[in-house]
Amino acid sequence: MRIIVDVEKCCGAGQCVLLAPKVFDQRDDGIVVLLDESPAPELHKAVREAACVCPGAAIRLEEQA
Amino acid sequence: MSIESSDQVLDYPLRAPAPLEPPEEWAKLRQGCPVAHVRLPSGDSAVLLTRYNDVRQVLADPRFTRQLGKEGAARLSEEGGSVFETEEAASLTEGHERWRRLLHKSFTAKRVSAMQPRIEAMADQLIDDMVKQGAPADLVAGLAFPLPVWVICELLGIPDIDRDKLAYWSNAMLNMSQFTRQEMDAAQAEFSQYMMTHIAAKRAAPGEDLLSELVAAVDDGHPLTERELMMIGQGILVAGHETTSNTIAKMMAMLLGERHRWEQLVADPSLVRTAVEEVLRFDANAGFGLPRFITEDIEVSGQKLPGGTTVICNMAAANRDEKAYERADHMDLTRSPNPHLTFGVGPHSCVGQALARTELQTTLNVLLRRLPTLELAVPPEELARREGLLIGGLERVPVRW
Repeated sequence: MRIIVDVEKCCGAGQCVLLAPKVFDQRDDGIVVLLDESPAPELHKAVREAACVCPGAAIRLEEQA
Repeated sequence: MSIESSDQVLDYPLRAPAPLEPPEEWAKLRQGCPVAHVRLPSGDSAVLLTRYNDVRQVLADPRFTRQLGKEGAARLSEEGGSVFETEEAASLTEGHERWRRLLHKSFTAKRVSAMQPRIEAMADQLIDDMVKQGAPADLVAGLAFPLPVWVICELLGIPDIDRDKLAYWSNAMLNMSQFTRQEMDAAQAEFSQYMMTHIAAKRAAPGEDLLSELVAAVDDGHPLTERELMMIGQGILVAGHETTSNTIAKMMAMLLGERHRWEQLVADPSLVRTAVEEVLRFDANAGFGLPRFITEDIEVSGQKLPGGTTVICNMAAANRDEKAYERADHMDLTRSPNPHLTFGVGPHSCVGQALARTELQTTLNVLLRRLPTLELAVPPEELARREGLLIGGLERVPVRW
């Protein structure tokens, strides 16, 4: 899995940080910071949920076969 | 059915058959009339969107503006002066980007998580008092109404001793049905006066709170003016009190109204996070929805909306769209993921959503821990709806334990 975040779309809701704090953080102004662009498999479920519920649709996932 | 050929104009807001049930029209509209003509309380016309994809698309599209004060935009109510139409709302919109950037500092997930122990202590304290007075009790008066004001006071660095005053002003500034115009204006004046004094005190002796941070903040080379700071304080109160209070009340009514839901959480409190998201999705009494105004022709659901149209996005109806959710009309406390639209989407989505989630989760956790035998003291169909300005609520939630 590879994660691509779009800081332009990010609206700072913080859902991703609450769901996967090892993968996502927020700057002071709320904008997403990607901590780990290819997280370990045990984190994939939380990351998929974060991408799905992101209100800015700012998280894109490339899932390798 | 195209909007040109739809012969039926619905009166909006739609009526629900029971306090926790959705209006019957929602499912029909999603199915056959995704762009529906409605008549607002003012008599003005608007179109109503009820499908998940449409609401999501429109809320994320900046061409659907929030400029409800523009000429040609529908007035929501006859008196006007709704929270969407006031001068304050307009200036909030103009200053939006600037204030939002500043506010985000206080509402990041980490900052909010750091507040969680304080929120938990407040919930415990309120429940202590409720238990002391004995059952039956009203969960609205005892917990749902005060808790979010206490949290906001904490955020703004307002001393505990003034919490009740803030709660009264907040209620009176927003509640058109229970207060006279005079009482509302007096509350507004007293609140402004209080905040001005409070801001001056924070300027002289800053604390650890959000207001002290904003007082010190310099944005684009300019510090915020006293009036801007006051408006932010009021904005937080307006956006964070009634909404969260009402949602706590409705959450408990939904969970206790069908007792197996409460029992499922008592048996497995680890479901609290997904349960809160499902409560937010499933809330059928979510209020008016979000109005938008367009100045150019835009297509939605394959239909052209002409410039000058006012569009009402009904997130609660969209949250029950069968095309977006399996068993959409079923409340599933384990549902995940749950990309509901209750906080909006895109750049204007709720800035306080992490705080709201934390308040809801904390309240639910504390109630599960303290009062696992909690139950409604009246049948759910006897709960009385409260018409909120931003979102609907319940007048009282009588409980025993």
